[in-house]
Amino acid sequence: MLDQSSEGYVTADGRQIGPVVLELKNITLRFGGVEAIKNISFDIRTGEIRAIIGPNGAGKSSMMNVISGFYVPQEGEIIYKGYKRAKMPPYQVARTGIARTFQNIALFEGMSVLDNIMTGRMNLMKSGFLKQALWWGPASREEDEHREKVEKVIDFLEIQHIRKTPVARLPYGLKKRVELARALAAEPQILLLDEPMAGMNVEEKEDMSRFILDVNDEFGTTIVLIEHDMGVVMDLSDRVVVMDYGKKIGDGTPDEVRGNQDVIDAYLGVSHDE
Amino acid sequence: MLYREAGDFKTSYASDNQTFPIRFDRTAYWVVIAVAFLLVPMVLTDYWANSIVIPFLIYVIAALGLNILIGYTGLLSLGTAAFMAVGAYSTFKLTTAFPEMPIYIVFVLSGLVTAAVGVLFGLPSLKIKGFYLAVATLAAQFFLIWLFTRYGWFFNYSSTGQISMPERTMFGVTITGASASSTAVYFTCLIFTVAMAWLARNMTRGTLGRTWMAIRDMDIAAEIIGVNPLIAKLSSFAVSSFFVGVAGALTFAVYLGAVEAGEAFGINKSFLVLFMVIIGGLGSILGSFLGAAFLVVLPVLLKLLLVDGLGWPSDLARHLEIMIIGALIIIVLIAEPHGMAALWRTMKEKLRLWPFPH
Amino acid sequence: MSENVLFALEAAANGLTVGIMYSLVALGFVLIFKASGIFNFAQGVLALFAALTLVGFQTGQVPFAHLINAIFGTNIHDFGFTMPAALAILLTVLVMILIAILVERLVLKHLVNQEPIILFMATIGLAYFLEGLGDIMWGAEVKRLDVGIPQGMSPWVDEVTYNLFGYGFYLDELSLWALGIAAVLVTALVVFSQYTKQGRALRAVADDHQAALSVGISLRFIWVLTWSIAGIVALVAGIMWGSKSGVQFSLSLIALKALPVLILGGFTSIPGAIVGGLLIGVGEKLFDFLMQPVIGGATENWFAYMLALVFLLFRPQGLFGERIIERV
Repeated sequence: MLDQSSEGYVTADGRQIGPVVLELKNITLRFGGVEAIKNISFDIRTGEIRAIIGPNGAGKSSMMNVISGFYVPQEGEIIYKGYKRAKMPPYQVARTGIARTFQNIALFEGMSVLDNIMTGRMNLMKSGFLKQALWWGPASREEDEHREKVEKVIDFLEIQHIRKTPVARLPYGLKKRVELARALAAEPQILLLDEPMAGMNVEEKEDMSRFILDVNDEFGTTIVLIEHDMGVVMDLSDRVVVMDYGKKIGDGTPDEVRGNQDVIDAYLGVSHDE
Repeated sequence: MLYREAGDFKTSYASDNQTFPIRFDRTAYWVVIAVAFLLVPMVLTDYWANSIVIPFLIYVIAALGLNILIGYTGLLSLGTAAFMAVGAYSTFKLTTAFPEMPIYIVFVLSGLVTAAVGVLFGLPSLKIKGFYLAVATLAAQFFLIWLFTRYGWFFNYSSTGQISMPERTMFGVTITGASASSTAVYFTCLIFTVAMAWLARNMTRGTLGRTWMAIRDMDIAAEIIGVNPLIAKLSSFAVSSFFVGVAGALTFAVYLGAVEAGEAFGINKSFLVLFMVIIGGLGSILGSFLGAAFLVVLPVLLKLLLVDGLGWPSDLARHLEIMIIGALIIIVLIAEPHGMAALWRTMKEKLRLWPFPH
Repeated sequence: MSENVLFALEAAANGLTVGIMYSLVALGFVLIFKASGIFNFAQGVLALFAALTLVGFQTGQVPFAHLINAIFGTNIHDFGFTMPAALAILLTVLVMILIAILVERLVLKHLVNQEPIILFMATIGLAYFLEGLGDIMWGAEVKRLDVGIPQGMSPWVDEVTYNLFGYGFYLDELSLWALGIAAVLVTALVVFSQYTKQGRALRAVADDHQAALSVGISLRFIWVLTWSIAGIVALVAGIMWGSKSGVQFSLSLIALKALPVLILGGFTSIPGAIVGGLLIGVGEKLFDFLMQPVIGGATENWFAYMLALVFLLFRPQGLFGERIIERV
């Protein structure tokens, strides 16, 4: 059992995990009459890699959308950095330091890789409208400063060679990586990854796993990820939430979750009306 | 070497970001500017000025404006001509109410008035998109033209219902009214066109342009990564309408001299500008120039060829023109949805590597 | 009943004729939109083209006479015979089917999987092409169209309303005929889509493209089919409008009004198109009648679009449309 004190805990591989940064309390999300998420609570700690797993249709992506503000739950509250998060549109949530990637890649297909990643920094750039229109000293200087930061992300993810390629021309695996780059460019405190390895081959999965660990390690970014590949999830994550039919059926370290009878049932497909 | 990147090393992000990364293009750009400012005025006749050069320059501004909305932000508008009318009528009202106001200020203010009206009619874009929005802009088209022809205040209660531009000077040169020389008109339009194209380029290369394109390519994702859709869409409407308004002001003040809203700014003009943008290239500054040039030259060419050359009746030539434009729109959308500008780009990419195929 | 209310009622009743026109054009839109997701801007021009062709056949005009005369210096105009209305209509139907086939072959086939906005713009191009083609083929002057639908004041309506209110309404007989024909047309369409094999295929495609493809329905055939039906609906609209005010370019502008109709009725609903068209036709006449003293006339120019705008802000899915849930 982990030490769940407010200060945090030390992981098996010796990383210090900090206090709770985001807490979801009794979240319920309904679409019409369908309850996609039923009264779920869990927390996310600073510096942690937190996974959400579950069978198809369990409500994982809906959960992700709740955290990123795209869906507003009917019930429950979200405590972020110690304060209750007010109801706000998704773009404001993004500005509080939460960035994400999408299950079905959501890159801007008409733009180059570089421009896509630059959009990630949008909220960090300050030049006003007129300065941009006149491309006046400060605006062009700011563009160059941010370009430098973006180049660091590009180096980090090893995508220098496709910098100026239009996104539409990239293969799937690279698109996934560019999407991660765009999210990283925003310098988020919490990074949400919705199935970052879906549809990848083993080699690409290994690369992506390495990037995720590196991001967590080098920038101290808190990571929340949804993933289907159990091997990957168990290797990467510090704590795992298990969902099934919109309910939370397990929460704990990978080892704890693996031993949980409900989780085993959900994955082995035990009939629900028993 | 003729057209090569080799040896043209970029040592700063600024130089990597410049508009024309290849030296040959930079040279070509300055040559075009020099020809436009020095050579053209020397050889320009009234006929060529009025039938091609001046309408071309003005349509470039309108096409740039519409391209910002459709090509960069993905919002379809069929109300361009009505916004041109707003620019025209603002110029008329401003310059008759304040005869002392410098005319270039009048033009800029007219653009700003149009921007405000554009934002107003752009409000529905926050909730709707695609052809739904097209219908909303049709409301602007028909309502505004109705307004301008119905209420005497807009045309100072003139008996003809027309507005006509009084004589005004810019830096001591007469640029409007009957006594304005076509050279003066040419320079006025040229200066505005170059300045507006430069503004458009600046706005589309930085954060603002990226927000617009993000909305265009995937609006939901854009909002989730931090784009405020309200600001992105309304700023696009504002900037677009500003451009279109200035184009309308110039159409009225320096090109036509007298207009009636329904005639000069009917729905067909909205389509004409839309076609310039499609044929020239969606989301391309250069495309706006190419599209405007093509559709300004085409009717003149057909008239020269068919009416003056072969002696056809002029309405037949006109119908043939409509048919050709329609067919071209379809062909362009099928063959190259990004228009002439994309063809140009492909050609340049090939040229960079020439004589090797890859 | 006060006199003003009666006048207003009469104005509203007259709005019906125009309303049916809007409904018919909107119906063509809905058919194509349901089957292919294409927003066919050319629907109005199709009506114009159909009417031009019909008149051309009836009066025995030589197609492309102007062009031929211009090129060869000849002076031909017509074949010197006239054709019975029924035969001319039949031939025009064949022409509309031919257009449907050509549109599929030359345009749609090459634009599969493009974004809706690109397809929409392509149909704007198509509208221009057909307009130019119609003018070159048959000449651009205003033409009289008469296929034998009675016109003029309907004595029956006059009598009934006189007995009811003591004031006889003026209502064009054409309106009543138009109403009847539209009803027959819609019934026929419903029967076709419910009870025939092709109709079932059509509904399957409207429901789910992929699934329909996977059970072996030919999408290309369906497209030709819907465009043919839309062409025939356009012909009916063209006949009615042409009988009322002559075949002329304004027909395609009238068709623009079908766009707000769709916003009211929803893009996928056939009853919506009909009800929306009638609502807008009646609404704009009534609005103009009521507001003329206040803001001046000719409000028909924009009323429909403004109404659509208001609708878009408060009920974007239209009266009958389904609500769209957005997902990432």
